[in-house]
Amino acid sequence: MTDLLHIAGQKFHSRLMVGTGKYASNELMKESLAASGTEIVTVAVRRVNLEQPEESLLHYIDIHRYTLLPNTAGCHTAEEAVRTARLARAAGLSNWIKLEVIPNDGTLLPDPIATVEAAHQLVSEGFIVLPYTTDDHIVARRLIEIGCAAVMPLGSAIGTGQGLPNPERILRIIEEANGRVPVIVDAGIGSPSDASLALELGADAVLVNTAIAKAQNPVQMAAAMAKGVEAGRQAYLAGRIPKSPVASPSSPEEQKIGN
Amino acid sequence: MQIRVNGKDMSIEDNWTLLDFLNSLRLQEERIAVERNQEIVPRENWSMIHLSNGDELEIVRFVGGG
Repeated sequence: MTDLLHIAGQKFHSRLMVGTGKYASNELMKESLAASGTEIVTVAVRRVNLEQPEESLLHYIDIHRYTLLPNTAGCHTAEEAVRTARLARAAGLSNWIKLEVIPNDGTLLPDPIATVEAAHQLVSEGFIVLPYTTDDHIVARRLIEIGCAAVMPLGSAIGTGQGLPNPERILRIIEEANGRVPVIVDAGIGSPSDASLALELGADAVLVNTAIAKAQNPVQMAAAMAKGVEAGRQAYLAGRIPKSPVASPSSPEEQKIGN
Repeated sequence: MQIRVNGKDMSIEDNWTLLDFLNSLRLQEERIAVERNQEIVPRENWSMIHLSNGDELEIVRFVGGG
């Protein structure tokens, strides 16, 4: 049976979502996306530079191959995020929005109250809302109740590469979601083993940007991330052994020589 | 006529539509979105909106992000 990721009625084979920021060049980004096997890519919304026209990012992203997930990065309030989401939709490529409301305090940690507020508004306007959120399961519960298409708890702070220091918090959110919507671990993933852990826990997908874009070889790292995600998913489906405080030998205790 | 675009003051021809202005910027092929005085202007209305003195426009596009 094919194991597919379902988001808002759409089906995806890949459980690795990839961000398009921070690459040394657009060419490198394009190659990295291809190597990752991703089917969903995030983009940001910014003012057009009127003084110095720049090449369009979309020349490097095949919109027939990838589902675009615009974000509201840089928005400090619910109002700014709603405004940015409306602009993103008006560009005419996607009514999906990765909702981020992050106060301007240097932590890059989400404002959960403003996120719920903005999500509520955007769901009512017909957006497919995928909110970036804290690892608090009550916030996740509220986001699911108001109709978000997924929840995206952070593993650790954006760009830190610290992985999942609190896996039990992610697990609690997975239990809370209980298959109603996908749980996508967003932010903090630094290596394929971090991505694998997220999937092993039962997360439905991960979103990775910095760990690929800032690797010494982004294309190679993108391929490695894909394998980490695949390994984690297979392990989750296979069912890992419980951890035990007591050792148990793998070889027979009987018929040993010299007795 | 003076308008404000992406936070900067600009002088444009009188009686221009939004589409005329965007064409002057050679942005017509870009996947952009436009707000006029904080209201989204759908693409199909660009040719019908006549710009007024003091209008404030935001013109955005997609860039790399996570």
